[in-house]
Amino acid sequence: METDTITAISTPIGEGAIAIVRLSGPEAIRIADELFRGKDLRSADSHTIHYGKIIDPETNEVAEEVMISVMRGPKTFTREDVVEINCHGGMVAVNRVLEIILSKGARLAEPGEFTKRAFLNGRIDLSQAEAVMDLIRAKTDKAMSVALKQMDGRLSSLISRLRQELLETVAHVEVNIDYPEYDDVEEMSHEMMRKKTKEVHNEIEQLLEVAKQGKILREGLATAIIGRPNVGKSSLMNTLVQENKAIVTEVAGTTRDIIEEYVNVRGVPLKLVDTAGIRDTEDIVEKIGVERSRKVLTESDLILFVLNNNEVLSDEDIKLFEAVSGLEYIVIINKTDLPNKLNLEKVRELAEGNPVIATALINEAGVDELEAAIAQTFFAGEIDTGDLTYVSNVRHIQLLKQAKKALEDAMASLEMSMPLDIIQIDVTRTWEFLGEIIGDTASDSLIDQLFSQFCLGK
Amino acid sequence: MVYDAGHYDVIVIGAGHAGCEAGVASARMGAKTLMLTLNLDMIAFMPCNPSLGGPAKGIVVREIDALGGVMAKVIDKTYIQMRMLNTGKGPAVRALRAQADKPLYIREMKKTLENEENLTLRQGMVDSLIIEDGVCKGVLTETHAAYHADTVIITTGTFMRGKVLMGDLEYESGPNNQRPSIKLSENLEELGFDITRFKTGTPPRVNSHTIDYSKTEIQPGDEIPQGFSYETTEFITDQIPCWLTYTNEFTHQIINDNLGLSAMYSGMKRGTGPRYCPSIEDKIVRFNDKPRHQVFLEPEGRETEEVYVQGLSTSLPESVQHEMIKTVPGLENAEIMRAGYAIEYDAIVPTQLWPTLETKKIPGLFTAGQINGTSGYEEAAAQGMMAGINAASKVLGKDSLILDRSQAYIGVLIDDLVTKGTNEPYRLLTSRAEYRLLLRHDNADLRLTETGYKLGLIPDERYQKYVEKNRLVEQEKKRLEKIIIKAEENVQAMLQEADATPLKDAVRASDLLKRPEITYTMLEKVIEPDHTLPLVVKEQVEIQIKYEGYIKKANEQVERMLKMEDKKIPDNIDYDDISGIATEAREKLKKVRPLSVGQASRISGVNPSDVSILLIYIEQGKIARIAN
Repeated sequence: METDTITAISTPIGEGAIAIVRLSGPEAIRIADELFRGKDLRSADSHTIHYGKIIDPETNEVAEEVMISVMRGPKTFTREDVVEINCHGGMVAVNRVLEIILSKGARLAEPGEFTKRAFLNGRIDLSQAEAVMDLIRAKTDKAMSVALKQMDGRLSSLISRLRQELLETVAHVEVNIDYPEYDDVEEMSHEMMRKKTKEVHNEIEQLLEVAKQGKILREGLATAIIGRPNVGKSSLMNTLVQENKAIVTEVAGTTRDIIEEYVNVRGVPLKLVDTAGIRDTEDIVEKIGVERSRKVLTESDLILFVLNNNEVLSDEDIKLFEAVSGLEYIVIINKTDLPNKLNLEKVRELAEGNPVIATALINEAGVDELEAAIAQTFFAGEIDTGDLTYVSNVRHIQLLKQAKKALEDAMASLEMSMPLDIIQIDVTRTWEFLGEIIGDTASDSLIDQLFSQFCLGK
Repeated sequence: MVYDAGHYDVIVIGAGHAGCEAGVASARMGAKTLMLTLNLDMIAFMPCNPSLGGPAKGIVVREIDALGGVMAKVIDKTYIQMRMLNTGKGPAVRALRAQADKPLYIREMKKTLENEENLTLRQGMVDSLIIEDGVCKGVLTETHAAYHADTVIITTGTFMRGKVLMGDLEYESGPNNQRPSIKLSENLEELGFDITRFKTGTPPRVNSHTIDYSKTEIQPGDEIPQGFSYETTEFITDQIPCWLTYTNEFTHQIINDNLGLSAMYSGMKRGTGPRYCPSIEDKIVRFNDKPRHQVFLEPEGRETEEVYVQGLSTSLPESVQHEMIKTVPGLENAEIMRAGYAIEYDAIVPTQLWPTLETKKIPGLFTAGQINGTSGYEEAAAQGMMAGINAASKVLGKDSLILDRSQAYIGVLIDDLVTKGTNEPYRLLTSRAEYRLLLRHDNADLRLTETGYKLGLIPDERYQKYVEKNRLVEQEKKRLEKIIIKAEENVQAMLQEADATPLKDAVRASDLLKRPEITYTMLEKVIEPDHTLPLVVKEQVEIQIKYEGYIKKANEQVERMLKMEDKKIPDNIDYDDISGIATEAREKLKKVRPLSVGQASRISGVNPSDVSILLIYIEQGKIARIAN
């Protein structure tokens, strides 16, 4: 029997109106009860469902209205105590709930771990074991590749830099220990260690701060649809929304007038923002001018630029091309069901290598290709998502928090003037947690660092 | 004509640091043991630096002693200098280092072996192993003697197809111009073992009379000498200092000018050398911005004038070595007595071994020491000890002994070797241990005496002493928890003297001791001291209380690790039958054949998802058995 309590969002993100966060393990009910305002879950009967609110312990505010199912082991999927929290507030709220649960001591489940527990606890019979192993493999591979692909290059390089700094610090302590007579390097002092841990701690805090405001992936890529009147912008939006079961939600803290549509296109969460009045027939450039529209567009992570196949390229189209130049966009040549009048060669030239997709939205032709192009653009890491990409997934945030905690342990020991080799234990843990974020857990790095940084030996 | 030279329970090939521990451990456990060595005058010879111990390694020497080995006792009787290193740091990284008297060490070790019951010491060159039905059954020597045995331990160090290199000079040889072991190495290759080629090197030795010590810095031993062995009660006080000097730009110039003449840089070497033991050529090439390198002058013994020039390991031609030496302050007129050289040798790829150090390929055959790709006398001795214990256990029908990573540096060393292998001569470093706060120099006896006693390697009297020490430690810890210290004048004065914050309220003595700046000695000034307590008990109490929180955290990690170690992998597991394991992981698992899921998880290339799948596969097997 496993001893810790695991949790995860068990519905595909952005694919349903209701999302379920599941907990399993000995602490499941205790944790749920602590953050739940409603019935006392500890005394709740097994297999009952309760309405209430999830309270954010940091702010004491309501994070989400939920329905909570309490199921006591062994008559559950995993044979452990299981709690399922039904949220309906979209990705932001679900992720917030998950984070709160993690802060209460649950651990984020590994891919396929619920099923693994079900198996290890004898819930699944022998003939299914093979399937479980395949599932773990498949889920892990997918999660790994998505996690790696979704990680912004800058986050990864920032984490790598922090790790390198910690590694050099640790190597410095190590060289003092393993080569006490080696006089080429200054003995690491508490002061030096204090300075270094403080620096790294600040950076981790900043990352977490950004994560708090972070929008991308928790909310979706800000996606703008532009084009002249009557090219099919509304159809495009409606198609994407219908095809992908959009979640319409009111985002807390924003005015209710602004409706944002969330859609999940092949694993890429898009936030279709109705800001400049995409549904209006008015042209964005016409309305606010090239300069300003460009500014608006710059704030988008992805632009879907619609052209009409049935009309010749206009000056306005050229202006729009100017406005999006250098940004991340996909050109959609709509109305291919009608005779071609658009100069396609010219369009390709103007598109600067960005994808050009032909559609006839009226009969949904070309939608698959468009979705593939969106996914391709995203997973190839071509979209510049600004600072917002930083730490977008809960696992990263969790690991950053663990790294921060480990570093704080080290800093506390520093204040107590503990010997550096003791302090170093927690600095090394920090390094390891950061390594898990970028999938680098090789333990030989320290020894490599030691011998590349210092000239050691007899 | 082959003649029958008798039957033994255990045969040890080699009498270096690994061989000596293997032979003694096996004999003391009650196995009839034969040790075969090329040269009886070179038992436990130190072909490289004249020192034992240091960080991590010194702790290993203590661990060997706690298990009932001999290295600690022999060095305690023969050292010329003893120092405790890292005294300014935490307790986990303190370690003893001794400067050895090389000839005396040999004599003392030989005496130890000669007086061992159950142990036969004989000179001879082993040419091949006797293999019957795939099982090792003895050895054949070059004199046609067939020694039969139930188990054989090979501890041949750097002798296997050893090749000495100096400038353009190259000849087949063991260290220090001893005969190399050629046929045995070929035999192992024929038997299908994967062999790798490693190298190491040694610096020149100079005549002490020709050194101008006034140009160097003295490096004396500790004023209060200590011993490695928990049984040593009398310490050598007449110590000999070492001396420190430096290379300079002239030294580096000569090396740079002659780099092409160095055996290591002329392209004829194939072996991989250790990064932590670089030649002076390596240092200058890899760190060319460093203006100087340390050079320690270490006497090789009391009765010899030879001085080991630590830091100048080289394979440059002899003529260049003469030139180079003269540029070093203090060595301007130094006469080289033996030139430095590099040595290249065969080693067995250690992933071919079980954690008992028995080879997977040939039951009954064990290997230990430098042949397994390690470097260092201590690492060799540790493996010898474990191979000796396990070979004897096998013959005597006892359980084998595998130390885990939380029990001993020895466990870390062997687990690393057999699980990860090594692509350079492996040296223990404190950073290789995840739980080094638990693997301390001061508690090696508390960790391992019980084990040694159960094996029959620790005599009753010593065991009783250990039990008593343990009892006193626990008793004193409890006492300190009960004593309440009030904020009285003498207490505040003591705190002020220690530069510590004064007390506001009364505290437990144990809590006061947790403050980093407060030592047990200070505490004794303000509580009723227990004068009957031995110093080692006080030290132990202080460390255990002061670092309690950290030790607890480490113990929690160990518990998690051990849970995975407890999940045993059946030895008949067919990795090809497990769907879902990544190809790389499958290949590694098939090669290493880990004994537990924990060990599997430490193999590089085996990912957490592979471990999950493996775990489920094993559980599935268990369920299937229950179902049947």
